[in-house]
Amino acid sequence: MKELVEILAKSLVDHPENVEVREIKKDQSIVLELRVSPDDMGKVIGKQGRIAKSLRTVLKAAATKENVKVVLEIMQ
Amino acid sequence: MRSVVTEGNSIEEAIDKALLELKATRNQVETKVLEIPSRGIMGIFGAKKAKVEVFVKEEDFVEKAVNFLKQIFDKFGVEATCKVKLEQRNLSITLEGEDMGILIGRRGQTLDAIQYLTSLVVNKDTQEYVRVVIDTENYREKREQTLVELAKKLAKKVERNKEKVVLEPMNPYERRIIHATLQNNSKVYTYSEGEEPFRKVVIDLKKTS
Repeated sequence: MKELVEILAKSLVDHPENVEVREIKKDQSIVLELRVSPDDMGKVIGKQGRIAKSLRTVLKAAATKENVKVVLEIMQ
Repeated sequence: MRSVVTEGNSIEEAIDKALLELKATRNQVETKVLEIPSRGIMGIFGAKKAKVEVFVKEEDFVEKAVNFLKQIFDKFGVEATCKVKLEQRNLSITLEGEDMGILIGRRGQTLDAIQYLTSLVVNKDTQEYVRVVIDTENYREKREQTLVELAKKLAKKVERNKEKVVLEPMNPYERRIIHATLQNNSKVYTYSEGEEPFRKVVIDLKKTS
């Protein structure tokens, strides 16, 4: 899951070297904290959160396959 | 391949000028130094400016798209091959393999998300917009058929019950199919309401005058 977020985020941003993902496991769910360069925030959120929504959709599909619940948080 | 020849006091300055002219970034170009600058004698006689030729590299967006998708599928643990068709600025990718259902998702939302993200990746450094369509197992065509039938069915219902029907949220592409299907219907008309991404089509009875 963590690697998937990294791949997705790094492909979208201008500063892939600043992409950081932290994985926090809680019982049946995984929280993924995504950090990017301040000027790359728009590239992972998008207008009206459209990009963030797509990222979450793709993650959810991968999580369903592994039978876990996953939450993506984009950190300031 | 687009290219320009520029001059400057230093090689870097000449390249910067070229980038400005080509509206490109440093990693999108290849450079060839035609003349090395020299200050000449006393900085006056025989002074030569730097001269460079700068080429814009072919945008290998097909490769970019396929690489991106391959990485995703790898993490999904899904084996899929990408069949690519490129017509001018339209890139259509058909995915083939088992387990395609997981990539389609409910009402195609996963496929749409993958398509949207791929389009962003492909268009990140391109000058001209490339339209990306990703399909698998003929999903897009089948979905279109389903929507056309749904539109016709609901139009009849509106006519029968004399009551408008609000559809569930759809993306612009799917809404267009509903609108187009009922465009020439004599009994009902359609419009959209709400904000993206929850915009919905409404089918309502035409006022008879």
